[in-house]
This record gives sequence, C-alpha cells and structure tokens, in this order.
Amino acid sequence: MRRRDFLKIAGLGFISGLFLSSVSFSFKPTRRVRWGITIDVLQCKKNRDCKVCIEACHEIHNVPDVPDPKEKVMWIWTSTFEKAFENELGPLVKETRGSDPVLLLCNHCENPPCVKVCPTGATWKREDGIVMMDYHRCIGCRYCMAACPYGSRSFNWKDNRRYIKKLNYDFPVRTKGVVEKCNLCEERISKNLLPRCVEACPYGALTFGNLNDFQSSPSRLLRERLSIVRKPHLGTLPNVFYLL
Amino acid sequence: MIEKALSGGKSYWLWLLFLCGVTVYGMIFYIQQLIYGLGITGMGRDVSWGLYIANFTFFVGVAASAVMLVIPYYLHRVKEYGKIIILAEFCAVASVFLAIAFVFVDLGKPERIFNIILYPSLNSLLFWDMIVLTGYLILNLILGWCGLEAEKKEIEPPSWTKVLIYISIPWAISIHTVTAFIYCGLFARPFWFSALLAPRFLASAFTSGPAILLILCILLKGFRGFNPGIDVLENLKKTVSYALSVHIFFLLVEFFTVFYSDHPEHLKHFSYMLFGYKGHNGLAFLSWTSIVLSVFSFIFLILKKVSENPKAIFVTLLLLVFAIWLEKGLILILSGFNPTHEAEVVTYIPTFQEISITLGIWSLGALILTLLYNMALNVKEKP
Repeated sequence: MRRRDFLKIAGLGFISGLFLSSVSFSFKPTRRVRWGITIDVLQCKKNRDCKVCIEACHEIHNVPDVPDPKEKVMWIWTSTFEKAFENELGPLVKETRGSDPVLLLCNHCENPPCVKVCPTGATWKREDGIVMMDYHRCIGCRYCMAACPYGSRSFNWKDNRRYIKKLNYDFPVRTKGVVEKCNLCEERISKNLLPRCVEACPYGALTFGNLNDFQSSPSRLLRERLSIVRKPHLGTLPNVFYLL
Repeated sequence: MIEKALSGGKSYWLWLLFLCGVTVYGMIFYIQQLIYGLGITGMGRDVSWGLYIANFTFFVGVAASAVMLVIPYYLHRVKEYGKIIILAEFCAVASVFLAIAFVFVDLGKPERIFNIILYPSLNSLLFWDMIVLTGYLILNLILGWCGLEAEKKEIEPPSWTKVLIYISIPWAISIHTVTAFIYCGLFARPFWFSALLAPRFLASAFTSGPAILLILCILLKGFRGFNPGIDVLENLKKTVSYALSVHIFFLLVEFFTVFYSDHPEHLKHFSYMLFGYKGHNGLAFLSWTSIVLSVFSFIFLILKKVSENPKAIFVTLLLLVFAIWLEKGLILILSGFNPTHEAEVVTYIPTFQEISITLGIWSLGALILTLLYNMALNVKEKP
C-alpha cells in the first residue's frame, strides 16, 4: 500500500469513528429511574409544629442531636417560606405566607454542584439520581458545603456519636471530620421501602416515586398541582418539589 | 551549601529558637484539633471555611507574585534585580509551603490526604490546585537552588534552568488563577461568582507580594547590612503602587456592577460586606479598614515626601499588607458565606486555638524563610 492511500484510509476511518461516537452519544437511552419527592406545603402549614418526619429520619440514620446550633447535623429540617425561597417570592407573598413552615432536605439535584467540586469522588450521583456520600473516602475539605446552594450538607466538627440518642445498628455512624447528608434512604429503596420521612408523615404530605414513571404519585401530583423548587435559576434541577 | 543556612551569630540562633518555640506552641494546639476535631475552631455549618482558608488564599498570592521580579529580570534583563531575585524565589517557596500547610490543617481527615491522588477527580479545582502548588514549589526550589549554587561557584546557572524559568512564569499566574477558580466557579456563593475574581486576586497578589519583599529587604538591611541597592527598592515601590491602583480599580468595578444592577443575590453579600446586614456590621468595620488603608497606602506611595522617608514607607507597607490580607482573606471568605442560604448572618470569630495554630504555621513559614535567606546571604557575602 502506498503511503498516500494509507493516509486516506486512516483519515476516513478516523472521521467515521468520530461521527459514529457522536451519534451514539446523542442516542443515549433515557434513564429509567429518576427518584423524586414532593412536599405539600399546605399540609405542613396545617400541622405547624409537626416534627415526625425529622425525628423518624434522624433516628434510623444515627443523626446526632448536636446541642450547639453552629455545629448541628441535619438531614432534614424545617425553615420558613421566606427564608428558603428568599428570592423566589414577591413581597406580598412574603407578608401573607412568609412564615409558613417548609421542610428542607438534600434536593438530589440533577446537576449537583457538590459532586463536581469533590476532590476525591467521595460524593457522586447515582444513575437513579441519588447524590451519595462515601464517609470513608471524604477528606473533610468542605468544598461541597461551599458549593451546595441549599445548605444541605453537615460536617462533623467533632465526635458527634455521643449525641446519638438511640443507636441503630443497621446503619453506619460517622466519625469526626467528614461531611454527611440525606441519602434519600437508598438503603430502604433497595429493599422496596419508601424513604423514612415519606413513610412516617401522618398527614401524607410527602410522596416519593419515579419521576420518569407517568403513573407514580409524585408524577401525578406534579401534573395536577402547581409546584416550585428552590433556586430554580441556578440550573441545579432539584428533585424535591414543593406543592403550593 | 545547606551548612550555610545554619551559620550565624547568637542573635540569629535566638531568632531561630523563638520561631521554633512558636511553631511548637502552634503544634500543641494542632494536636488538640486532631484529637477533638475542627470543632475547636470558630467555624460552623454556615461559615464552613475561616481563618485557615483565608490565609491559604493570601499566601498563594504572595507566592505567585515572585513573577513580578522574575519577568523583569529574566525577560527584560533588568540587571539590578539580580541581587534579590533569589530572595523573591525563596519567598515564593516559603509562601507555597504556608499555603499548603493552611489547607492541610483545614482538613477534617488529614490522614486521608492522599485520597486526592488515589482518586484523582479532574473536575475538582482542589485537585488542580494541589498539582499547580506542588509544581510551583518544586520549580522555585530548583531555580533558587541552582541560581544560588551558580552564584557560589561564580559561574552561569546551567542552561536547562532557562527552560524552567520560562515555565515558571505562566505557572505562577496559574497557581493564583486556579485558587480564584476554587471560589468563582461556585454559583452557590454570589459574592465569589464573578469572572473578575482571578484578575482581582492577581492584582492584590502583585501588591502584597512585592510589598512583603520590600519589607523583608528593609529588615535585612537593618539586621544584616544587606544592601539591595536603591534602584531595586524604587522599582519595587513602583510595582506595588501600580498593582495597588489596579487592585483598587478592580474592586470599584466589582462594586459598580453589583450596586448599579441591584441584583438581589449579589447585593445581599456586598451590602453585608460594606454596610452590614440585619444589624450585623462587624465585618463592615473590617472592610472599611481595609479599603481606607489601601487607598491611603496608595496616596503615601506616590507622595514623594512619604515614599522617600524610609520609616514612613515601612509603616505604609506593613499597613498595606495587612489591608490586603484582610481583603482577600477574611473579608472574601466571610462575605461569601454570609448571609447564609436561609438569609441569616452567622458571626464567625476565630477561637484562641485557631489563632494559635495560625501563628504556629506562620512561624514555621518564617523559619523556612529565615533558613533560606540566611543561606542565600551567606553565599552572597562570602566571596
């Protein structure tokens, strides 16, 4: 074979390879599962002092009840409407509904900024959308805490195991110096159970399911009712929706 | 050559002893932090970075600013800088060391530091920062060492160091750019989310670095009789004032964009920085201190009467370094985290232990700098 021919064939092969690979990228099959949660803000408003879901979650996940507010570890917690949706609400809404309680947890964003910044891959996004944490790989640099626009991540500023009220032996405890957050109960989902917060809510204010499934309860509710997410303009695409 | 680092008089050894003492003092508190956790610091879930990361940013800048002497000396052949180029390179070595040390003490699990290398994450700026910082440390160590050895033997430095010099120039810019990218890539913190952050960092670095070098030159002149030459000092003063003017300009540009556009998310942080938020105005006091000191330093630097008075210029430079340290350190970090995601202000006050650890690291840096400078000056002085 002449050099010229060889170069021709090699060039053609290279270009067609590029073309094929780009085609295969654009035809990526859509994800089957995308877990999501809806929270009915009106239900939470009716039962203002209810903390059942928070206690249930923190109990099974060995989340310590740290007395110092600066060092609190929280997987799910409450705030008010005007604080959590500070820039999304107009002044009138703030006046009338600003003090409504609102439940906050990790949004398990489609585009999670915390995952991008982690220098060790200790936090990553699973195929089904759950943003996971590896407590054994985390070096405690807290870059993810700076990157999360929702304050969903907590750091163990000291050995917090002494603040766990009742130890659940089926779930790991965390040592000092690592970051932790809501795991969307991946340990329960794998056993076909609902996340603990959804299951525990006595008023059915929370639903959980596959957003890619037309029939799932969150999909249905999101079609029927108006919903908002936190800081939508950031493009993180949260998977936790607030029904108004 | 290393033996030259340890030859000195009684006062030299006393100074080394003092630095060792402060380092050990800081280390005691670091051991406490290792045992107890980062809870001994003033940081918390809302202000999750503090004094350590503030110092890290500042010292990366000081390290990068060696390029302000490397460029004129190697590219424009400004011969006068030959006397102090080694001091600039060794200052960069000590500063990079300080920067790395400050990140290290900020880690919750320092024993897992090698996870950064074991599980390299190319999408994390922290990974790249580690690469550029270690690279810069090695580059400057080699360059400083080879230059000094050549000076000792009275020969030209080996020709391959030329290549390293050319590499070190963009590399210096890159260390501070990557450090700025750590912050400005985060849309969660509107205060940092500005494309101007990296240029701002470089401008403030090129102010504080040469200012520190000038301070060191003045000190060496006083204590060792080392004379860098009047031209060098004048040139460095010019570098400081030009960089300072750019720094102030960049700051004003940032202020204009935020306050003219009235964009609520940015406005919240910048008003907290300058005027306080919901009655929390401790940081505003620091910000104005920094701004006023910077502006006055600029005026003093260009006023002939002041800039020719060695004592006045020494004080001006000290205040200027303090102003920049505040601005790109604590003010940058705290205005980034406050007001929090839930529209509150969480006051951060470094604890006694945290300040002690910081002092310890500073004195470790000073110790390295002293040893390197003593070695360099001993080589220079003995023919």
